[in-house]
Amino acid sequence: MNLTTDQDILWQHGFAKLNLTVLTTWIMMVAMSAGAWLITRRLATGAVISRWQATLEILVGAIQEQIKELGVDNPGRYLAFLATLFLFVGTAALGTIIPGFKPPTGSLSTTAALALLVFVAVPFYGVRAQGLWSYLKSYTTPSFIMLPFNIISEFSRTLALAVRLFGNMMSGVMIVAILLTITPFIFPVAMTALGLLTGMVQAYIFGILAAVYIAAATRSPTPKPAPKAAPAHP
Amino acid sequence: MLIDWFTVGAQALNFIILVWLLKHFLYKPVLAAIDTREKRIAAEVADANTKRAEAQKSRDDFQAKDKAFDDQRATLLAKAVDDAKADHDRLVGDARKEADALRASQQASLRDELSALGAQVRRSASDEVFAIARKTLADLATVSLEERMGEVFTRRLRQMDAQSKEALGAALRGSAEPAVVTSTFDIPGAQRAAIQNALNETFSTEVKVRFADSDTTVCGIELRAGGQKVGWSIAEYLGALDRRVGGLLDSQGPGAKPGAAVAATHVNAAAV
Repeated sequence: MNLTTDQDILWQHGFAKLNLTVLTTWIMMVAMSAGAWLITRRLATGAVISRWQATLEILVGAIQEQIKELGVDNPGRYLAFLATLFLFVGTAALGTIIPGFKPPTGSLSTTAALALLVFVAVPFYGVRAQGLWSYLKSYTTPSFIMLPFNIISEFSRTLALAVRLFGNMMSGVMIVAILLTITPFIFPVAMTALGLLTGMVQAYIFGILAAVYIAAATRSPTPKPAPKAAPAHP
Repeated sequence: MLIDWFTVGAQALNFIILVWLLKHFLYKPVLAAIDTREKRIAAEVADANTKRAEAQKSRDDFQAKDKAFDDQRATLLAKAVDDAKADHDRLVGDARKEADALRASQQASLRDELSALGAQVRRSASDEVFAIARKTLADLATVSLEERMGEVFTRRLRQMDAQSKEALGAALRGSAEPAVVTSTFDIPGAQRAAIQNALNETFSTEVKVRFADSDTTVCGIELRAGGQKVGWSIAEYLGALDRRVGGLLDSQGPGAKPGAAVAATHVNAAAV
């Protein structure tokens, strides 16, 4: 039994290889894109809309509202990245109810890739929002002494993101697999439901943490000076 | 080794592609649909507000027109009621006048009928009385009624009061025409002579007399000269009877006064 789906190699040519992680990711990509296309190809703008459209609108609207509540000034700019993080991790967790499906998030490579993307996206959005110097200066707040700690924090939280998601997803799959060999009836179902709940919570945590990091990076460290009042004429 | 760096790179690329795909197929269309619906709802709400304001204005206008219509209707109704009342009063007045005129006409007609009836009754009564009296006198005294009337006439000539006698004498003397003695019957020659003698003795002169029959004198003898007259007839008694009958009719019928009309026909010894 492999600990990670990376080890289930389907095809390999030198350094390049096609393993189960990439394959399930592709399947998920196709399913999510096709589902989105099928639902959004006939969007109604009237008062009466379909249930699927209403579901999607509620989902997207809720994510946008959640990002806005975290203090991000322009949530629409980060919606695609953060919402895709949540939907990808959530869909992977949801897929665990399908017998034989092994979520790509159960692979440390996948979670590391997602964490690395967050690691890159945070300074990218930070620099774009407040400029390079202002962003770099934020590492020295509240004092210059905090600079190494802030840098260590950047790496450690990226590592934490990757390992947390990997651990939760991988453990869920592993527990179900082990229980299937011990008690093949009833109990694995309960554990699968628990794993589904854990996976959805992890999806929420992953998305929220990424949003918090981006919000902290894009928010100006010093409050903007209030506009001076016009001098009173004698 | 749990991390396969090729897989890491591939998954990062896959994720970026997935971000692009979902952005293209999910987020943009959904957000665009939400924005479109919000704008459409806002436009519909604004349109509804405009229509509501227009409806409110229309309702206010309608209520104002309705009130004006009610006021005008009330005014017209009051005017119509006044006109109808005036017409009613005028028609009632006209009808009352016509009724009064008709009643007056009926009363006049009734009076005429009563007058004619009275005259007829008098004529019939006098004829009957005359016939009864003549028959009675003839049966009892073997003297004809004409003879008794002639005797009564001559006695009345002789017993005239001074004033009447003087007036009649002046009339006889002042008239060139002979005095006329009229009667309803042919006066026999003896009575004519007796009347002539009575006149001559009464007025102490030769009075020229002409005897004539009369249809108007009611059973009696009458002397006319120069606008004066003297005589006797049953009409005097009939006059009294007529006045009593007239009084009785007056008490039984409103407005009918036949006695007054009948009394005007009385002939007595007074001056004409």
